[in-house]
Amino acid sequence: MAEYSLEHVNDMYMDVLKELGNIGAGNATTAIAQMLGLKINMEVPQVKLLTFQELGGAIWAEEETVAGIFLELANDINGSMMFLLNMDSAYYLVNHLMCRDQSYQEPFDEMDCSALKEIGNIISGSYLSALSAMTQMVITPSVPFLAIDMAAAILSVPAIQFGQYGDNALLIETAFGDDVKINGYFILMPEPGSYEKILGALGIQM
Amino acid sequence: MGTMIKVGMADLNICKAPNAITTLGLGSCIGIALYDPVSKIGGLAHIMLPDSTQMRNNQSIAKFADTGIEELVRRMIKAGASKTRMVAKIAGGAKMFEVSGSSNIGNIGARNAEASKKKLRQLGIPLKAEDTGLNYGRTVELYAETGEFHIKSVGKKVKII
Repeated sequence: MAEYSLEHVNDMYMDVLKELGNIGAGNATTAIAQMLGLKINMEVPQVKLLTFQELGGAIWAEEETVAGIFLELANDINGSMMFLLNMDSAYYLVNHLMCRDQSYQEPFDEMDCSALKEIGNIISGSYLSALSAMTQMVITPSVPFLAIDMAAAILSVPAIQFGQYGDNALLIETAFGDDVKINGYFILMPEPGSYEKILGALGIQM
Repeated sequence: MGTMIKVGMADLNICKAPNAITTLGLGSCIGIALYDPVSKIGGLAHIMLPDSTQMRNNQSIAKFADTGIEELVRRMIKAGASKTRMVAKIAGGAKMFEVSGSSNIGNIGARNAEASKKKLRQLGIPLKAEDTGLNYGRTVELYAETGEFHIKSVGKKVKII
């Protein structure tokens, strides 16, 4: 079997990834709704294939401050994943979790960062459990790591990961919300060999 | 005041006075600024990975410290700069997430910085200043008129090296 990379995607493969994104993001949205006690609607996720040069400015302006939550993955799939939020969404979720008024815009303290990590952890965890359930593979995430910084600087981490193996990166955009729309982005960064495992586990012939 | 030329990720370019050249939001990547103070020609490369020889997929020369710096020097000489007068300043190479040091992604910033310095030494280009490591992103601007290298970060004052 030839080594599969994002350089040779076909429609079938994109459809599978879209469906994974859909189910994963659906799980994640349910998890947030339960955690915050909100009624949340979700839009159909968008799956985009980008060159890593485009990635830095693809979601937000390069210098916009955003929050990124990073987890390393081990076991049947090796690699890492990242969940990204703009600051409006981050404040909305953290203020909700901390039972604060939504007008609160002070810089995050240690407790707020911890809450944000936990939100990222739950969202990523529910995404991964969907992937795990569909593929029957064991995926063990690390503890979550948080960075709040310029979008391009945070996105340099997945760009470098993808850059080691090719020139493309895969981005899953998910929008959900009730009164305030929350935009979240997942980036799954499997190491070489893990794509074949995911697709193979789903019965996709290459 | 000249124009500001933008360099993307895994990209490089040169500029002449009175223009300036910038790259936005360096994370673990490195911004390598080369400058010839006599011809007032500057160059900036935004590299992502340390070493092209360790990669199978290495066609993109501006992606790697070794091939990126070589190409930048070549482009500057072609534009009229002299290699013997060139000086270097570098910034970036942050560790954006506090993941365990042993992992591949954990120390990529430090490895990028090390590889950039090694290549500059090989080429005999003195490293005049650096602002690398730590855990935050940087936007850099090189002014070809003065050779000043400005570094901007979220919630921090502009640093000039």
